[in-house]
Amino acid sequence: MNYSEEDFKGMEKMRVEGRIWKFGDDVDTDVIIPARYLNVSAEAELAKNCFADIRPDFATDVAAGDILVAGKNFGCGSSREHAPLAIKAAGIRVIIAESFARIFYRNAFNIGLPLLESVEASQGLSDGEKAVVDLASGRIEGGGDTFQAKPIPDFMAQLIAAGGLVAYVRKVKVAG
Amino acid sequence: MPMTITEKILAAHAGLDRVSPGDLIEAKVDVALANDITAPLAIKVFNEIGTEEVFDTDRVVLVADHFVPNKDIASAQQVKLVREFARSQGLKNYFEGGESGIEHVILPEKGLVLPGQLIIGADSHTCTYGALGAFSTGVGSTDLGAVMATGEIWLKVPPTILLRYEGSLRPHVGGKDLILHTIGLLGVEGALYCAMEFSGSVIRNLPMHQRFTMSNMAIEAGGKNGIIAPDETTLAYVAGRTSARFEIFKSDPDAGYDRVIDIDVNQIEPQVAFPHLPSNVRPVSTAGGVTIDQVVIGSCTNGWLEDLRDAARVLKGRKVSAGLRLIVMPGSPLIYKMAMQEGILETFLDAGAVIGPPCCGPCLGGHMGILASGERAVATTNRNFIGRMGHPESEVYLTNPVVAAASAVLGRIGGPDEL
Ligand code: SF4
Repeated sequence: MNYSEEDFKGMEKMRVEGRIWKFGDDVDTDVIIPARYLNVSAEAELAKNCFADIRPDFATDVAAGDILVAGKNFGCGSSREHAPLAIKAAGIRVIIAESFARIFYRNAFNIGLPLLESVEASQGLSDGEKAVVDLASGRIEGGGDTFQAKPIPDFMAQLIAAGGLVAYVRKVKVAG
Repeated sequence: MPMTITEKILAAHAGLDRVSPGDLIEAKVDVALANDITAPLAIKVFNEIGTEEVFDTDRVVLVADHFVPNKDIASAQQVKLVREFARSQGLKNYFEGGESGIEHVILPEKGLVLPGQLIIGADSHTCTYGALGAFSTGVGSTDLGAVMATGEIWLKVPPTILLRYEGSLRPHVGGKDLILHTIGLLGVEGALYCAMEFSGSVIRNLPMHQRFTMSNMAIEAGGKNGIIAPDETTLAYVAGRTSARFEIFKSDPDAGYDRVIDIDVNQIEPQVAFPHLPSNVRPVSTAGGVTIDQVVIGSCTNGWLEDLRDAARVLKGRKVSAGLRLIVMPGSPLIYKMAMQEGILETFLDAGAVIGPPCCGPCLGGHMGILASGERAVATTNRNFIGRMGHPESEVYLTNPVVAAASAVLGRIGGPDEL
C-alpha cells in the first residue's frame, strides 16, 4: 500500500514534550471516565470528566501535549472507548505504562493515541516532571534519565500513520 | 499440527489451515454486537468509513440495555440515535423496551450466538459466549464500527492458558466462586492478552448458566476470551433456539498451551471479592461480618433464571435485614416471566426486595440503585472498581447469588449456613 503525505497526518507529532501525569497500577476505565458521564459521547464533554473521581485536578490542569505515565494493566475493565477518547481529548499525546489492558490497547491505537510499554520509564518518571518522547524510536527522556520503550509494533504504527482505524479501513477495505 | 479450540476457530474464520499464537490475522465475523453506550460511537465511525450498508443485516445486533428505560434526556438521545440507525439499516436484531434484556443474556437465549462462531462485541463482557464454545471477545467502538462496515476484524492469535478444575464442589459453590477463585489466583492481569480455556470434570458437570458466569468474567483476569468446549450440555442449551448450522471445535489432546493450571475445587468455599478489584478474593467464612446497605442480584454474570431460583430458595420465608435495600434484576423478559410463573418474584417481594426491569441498572452505576458515599453493597455482578456502583467512596463486594441472598437477610456479608 502506498501512502501519500496526507496519510502521515497522525505521525506529524512524532516528538512529544510535556508534563507527566502519573498514575498507579490497574487503573480501570470506570475511573478514567465514570459510567455516569457516558450518557454523552462528545469528546470535549468526556474530557471534562476524565479521572473525575480519583484525580479531579487532571481535567482542569492538563495541557495539550502532556504525557500520561502509569503502572501495570492500564485501562482494564469496561471496553468503553470513551476512556481513551477522554484522555486524548484532554490533551494527552502518549501514554507510557508497564503494560496495558487488551481492549484499551486496541482502542487507543484505533483512535490514533499512541501507547508505549516500558517498565523502567514507568518506574523512573515522576508526576509533574517534564519528559520528551520520540514515538518512532520509543526513546523517552525525563527525570534526568533516558529510557527505551518497546518500539510500537508495525501494524499499530501503520494505524497511527494512517490516522487511526477509520482512515486505514477507508484506504484498505473500502477504496481497495 | 495440533491446535487449541481458540486457534481452530480463528483459523477457520481467517481461511487458514492453522494459526499460532502471535499471528496477526484478518478474520470474518459471525456476529457484531453493540449496546446503547458503545453503539453511538460505533455508528459515528461507521458513517465516517463511508460504506452505505452494514455487512449483514442479520448479523449486526444492537441492544439497548445500559441506561434503559432511558434514565435522562442525554441517554434518550443516544438510544434514539441507535434506534434510527437500526431502522434505516433494516437490522433484524435491534432490541429495546419489552424485547430487550441484558445483551449477554438475551443473545444466547434467542439463539443468536452459537458454538464455533466468531463474535465481536463493543462490550468487554462479550467474552460470555465463550461458554458456548465460540471465540468471543470485546472491543471498542471504532473496531466495532469497522466490523459493521466490513464484516472483518484484525486479531492477534492469543496464547492459551488451560485451566483444569477437578474434585467435588462444596455446598453453595458454583461457577461464580470458581471464576472468582481463579481471578484471585491469576490476578487482574494474570491472563492479559491470553485465551482462557476452562476444562476438567468440574466444568463438564457445570450447568450452562454457570458456564456463562465463568466465561463472562474471563476479562476480569485480563483474558481475551474464556472458552469451554461444547458438549451435551451446550447442545441441549442451543437446541430449539436456532435452525442455523454451526460447527463444533475442540482442542487437540496434544495442543500447545502457554500454561496449564490445575485447580483442586475440594477446598474452594464461596468467594467474596473485596473492594476494589475482582481479584481481591477471600472465602466467605473469613469475610469478617462487613455490614452492608444494599444487595444487588442480577447482571450478565448472575441474572439467569437459575441464579434467581438459588437466591429465592434462601429468601423463602425470610425478610431482608431492616433498612437494607435488596434489588433484583432478572436478565431478560423471558427470565422475568418464568420467575413470575414459578413464584420466585413473589418470594422476593415478600422478603422485601425491589424488582427492577431486565437491564444493567446499578451494575455499572448507571441508575436504579446508586450508592451514596460510605455505603457498601454486595452484588452478584462482575466488577467492584472504585465508584463502579456510585459514589467514589462506596464499596462493592462480589459474591454468588446464594451468598448475596444470605447477606441480604443477615445485613452483613455471610453465607447461608449462618441463617
Ligand atoms: S450487566 Fe453490568 S457488566 Fe453486564 S453488560 Fe450490563 S453493565 Fe456490563
